[in-house]
Amino acid sequence: MNTNARRLFLIGLAALTAAGCRALREVSEVGASVAAATGVITEEQAGSIKRSTEAVGRTFESITPEQEYYIGRTVAATILNMYQPYAHEKANDYVNVLGQALALFSDRPETFGGYRFLILDTDEINAFAAPGGFILVSRGLLRCCPDEDAVAAVLAHEIAHVQHRHGLQAIRRSRLTSALMVLASESAKNLGGQELAELTKTFEGAVQDITATLVNSGYSRSFERQADATAIAILRRAGYDPNGLTAMLNEMARRQKPGGPGFARTHPDPSARAAEARRQITGAANPPAPAQRRERFAEFAKSI
Amino acid sequence: MIRLARLALTTAVVMLVAARGAFAAETLSVQVRSADVRTTPSFLATVAGALAYGQRVAVDERSGSWVRVRTEDGRLTGWVHNSALTRSVVTLRPGETPAQAASSGELALAGKGFNADVEKQFRAANRNVDFSWVDRMERQAVPPARLAAFLAEGGLATGGHP
Repeated sequence: MNTNARRLFLIGLAALTAAGCRALREVSEVGASVAAATGVITEEQAGSIKRSTEAVGRTFESITPEQEYYIGRTVAATILNMYQPYAHEKANDYVNVLGQALALFSDRPETFGGYRFLILDTDEINAFAAPGGFILVSRGLLRCCPDEDAVAAVLAHEIAHVQHRHGLQAIRRSRLTSALMVLASESAKNLGGQELAELTKTFEGAVQDITATLVNSGYSRSFERQADATAIAILRRAGYDPNGLTAMLNEMARRQKPGGPGFARTHPDPSARAAEARRQITGAANPPAPAQRRERFAEFAKSI
Repeated sequence: MIRLARLALTTAVVMLVAARGAFAAETLSVQVRSADVRTTPSFLATVAGALAYGQRVAVDERSGSWVRVRTEDGRLTGWVHNSALTRSVVTLRPGETPAQAASSGELALAGKGFNADVEKQFRAANRNVDFSWVDRMERQAVPPARLAAFLAEGGLATGGHP
């Protein structure tokens, strides 16, 4: 094609570099495809532009759902190495059915392998959402729930962490950069032993970053606030009483030992969370829970 | 004059058809292991079939967070939630099962990223990490009919995300 058009396109692309990485990646991708299709640049040139802007735009967003799933499996397995699962079939079935039903009302109902829930056999007040939807909830936290709506609030908060991909954002950026270095050798269709070993090291590091955040340091206050707000939205859509969240947090405030393990260390103060939730919950009160909802919860509570 | 008008009209029709062809060509790829295709845009609708990871589909219509899609051979049509679909192309490496497929396209870590091979390698180096409960969790997929019954019995909303 003519030189002017090509020059114009490249100038435009250079101007785009000033824009945000994400926008740059999308816009230049479209731009490169269009330019290639219209013959302004060759397919090869378009490909190389796409590749270089990918490198600029790399963030947790570049992790595919499949990769997220494999990270999540290993994070969950690592946590299950620290906490004993609660081997009570009926109780686990209840949280699985409730949790998977709730996930349908999230903005991300479909993950690579789907949402799964498991109870941890500990008095500690704790829960973990591993990437991709592997959610672990402690008996101690479930005992803070006076009814099914409160259990739904606990699970909806964890689903929200998965929906917003908070876990993946705990991965240090440098790790993704080093993974890219390994993957940069584009010619190799299959990874050699050396590359696979390096990638596995990065994988291990990513899993450690996430696990350390979930178990020790906790997410930022803004992530927790976002998860509570999303939980309220999920509860509303599903027809649960969003006040289930405040009821659960109030009970947690009563039971939680300051300086203790679990949420006392990793989450903001439950009373403050409850106050914030109350501000967000407006509108007409929910009708009382029907008998069947109350009865199935009562049955579950006996096993917790 | 009439000839000119006819020419303009013909040109307009040709352009319209061409434009329509270009837009109808929007294709998406399945980014989850298996995506159910439903007869109406609701999680509790009848499942008409399933799409495999990486399968390409054409977009016919959108409604809220649902997309009505058609497989390339035209045999399966129906509604899929948009969280199961991506604009990126997911390419399967030869001889690979769909669940272990590699992705490519705009995704930077794609293709040779964290996959079953990497997990295998990790497990060989970390034999103390036991995956048996994770595998057990994976088997606990609740069928849609049971989710529907649970929601209905609890006096809850049905149908999932609008």
